[in-house]
Amino acid sequence: MLRRLMLSPTLRPFLLIILLLVLWDLAIRIFSIPAYLIPRPEQVVGQLISEWSRLLNESWKTTQATLGGFALTILFGIPVAMVIAYSKLVESYVYPLLVFSQSIPKIAIAPLFVVWFGFGILPKIISAFLLGFFPVVVSTVMGFKSVEPDMLDLARSMGATRLQTFLKISLPHALPAIFSGLKVSITLAVVGAVVGEFVGSNSGIGYVLQVANGNFDLPLMFAALVVLSSIGVILFLAIDVVERLMIPWHASQRQLF
Amino acid sequence: MLMPNAPLIEARGVTKIYQTKDGPVESLRSLDFSIRDGEFVSVVGPSGCGKSTLLKMVAGLLGVTAGSLTLAGQPIEGPQKDVGIVFQSAVLLAWRTVLDNILLQAEIRRMPKAEALAKAQKLIAMAGLEGFEGKYPWQLSGGMQQRASICRALLHDPSVLLMDEPFGALDALTREKMNLELQRIWLESKKTVLLITHSIPEAVFLSDRVIVMSERPSSIAAIYDIDLPRSRTLDMMGTPEFSVYAKKVRSHFYAQGSLDH
Repeated sequence: MLRRLMLSPTLRPFLLIILLLVLWDLAIRIFSIPAYLIPRPEQVVGQLISEWSRLLNESWKTTQATLGGFALTILFGIPVAMVIAYSKLVESYVYPLLVFSQSIPKIAIAPLFVVWFGFGILPKIISAFLLGFFPVVVSTVMGFKSVEPDMLDLARSMGATRLQTFLKISLPHALPAIFSGLKVSITLAVVGAVVGEFVGSNSGIGYVLQVANGNFDLPLMFAALVVLSSIGVILFLAIDVVERLMIPWHASQRQLF
Repeated sequence: MLMPNAPLIEARGVTKIYQTKDGPVESLRSLDFSIRDGEFVSVVGPSGCGKSTLLKMVAGLLGVTAGSLTLAGQPIEGPQKDVGIVFQSAVLLAWRTVLDNILLQAEIRRMPKAEALAKAQKLIAMAGLEGFEGKYPWQLSGGMQQRASICRALLHDPSVLLMDEPFGALDALTREKMNLELQRIWLESKKTVLLITHSIPEAVFLSDRVIVMSERPSSIAAIYDIDLPRSRTLDMMGTPEFSVYAKKVRSHFYAQGSLDH
């Protein structure tokens, strides 16, 4: 029973985390690393516990900005990708520009958003959106373009309208690719939200990180990082669940049959 | 209305020229043939000779450059109602079960649901797919996938079944079995079948007539009537009569030095 529990796939990452924590602690003791460089694990856990309500409160704000940006990603990214996939003309105009814009470091222009949109949630949402946008577009374009020509011929031979072809063939075919883009995107959206909080905000985990950094409060900083990563993991898993519900037929989900 | 004994599919001077970057490429040159209602006709020819182009033109998926191509007396313009297509790969949708894949035809053509379901179940029984209705394509063997795609092509009860190398991807044993199945389905349903194939034995075994194509730009090299009794058995492939037909067809490719399999 214990053996099976130890080997269950859900527990494996946690076992690895515990192992890493032990190594972390050992490294600090063996090499006598001072606390102002790297805090001890128990200090971080201590901060997690004592600052729990504040961290929870701030992480909710970061999550809101992340989800806002992610919603924009879905709202704009998927339709833009569809137009790119269906029109060679649009693709030749828009795609190079998208790649170009993607090479601009978001952290460099994030202060500009504060100037434009103030200190509220909006610049954070936009920052999250800009980071998450690109992977969704790239993989959605790939998904729509990879429909077999024979499949489209089949639909045409049945006299399918463009809408029927889209709804019954192209869209379901593209869904696995769209979801793989969304999974990358959600984790990047978390980063984007924090970037937004870094440059101009007085709330959110990014702000906590800034303050902790300024005060040399390393345990709090590490605690904030733990919370931040947890947000990323939880959101990623949420998308994973939606994916399983929506494309149970896909090769990546077949163990469920 | 179609006159008795009038050809169901008729090609007169059918030519196809593709416009490419390097200028026009002639794919098919002045084809003349006619296919009667209920006939089984195969087209054999070297790779890239435009066999699939011909099939797509009959399906109305490609236009003809010159000449006339008619189905039941009407010129073929755009996708045809009275035609079902089977492709080389089964082209089944991975997110639909076998039954739902077959019913795709009904959904897109907006056929009445109950009627389509009854028809689908009949076809499933005929194709020997009972018990697999609820399976997904990846759970089936290649032969079964192709059977499902044949069912889908027949769901709207077309008078013409177009098949583009349907068994090309199957292993030799499965292929022979599918040839027998196809003959049985054809004898039961009395459809007009136009089969594109690379395999000379398959063409001779299944067909009433075999159209042999030459290399690009392709024209019809010969048309042979295969006068063997129905229903044919695999043993007949070893008979002298069968060999004579196969040899006749094969001689065209040796003459051109282009037998590529």
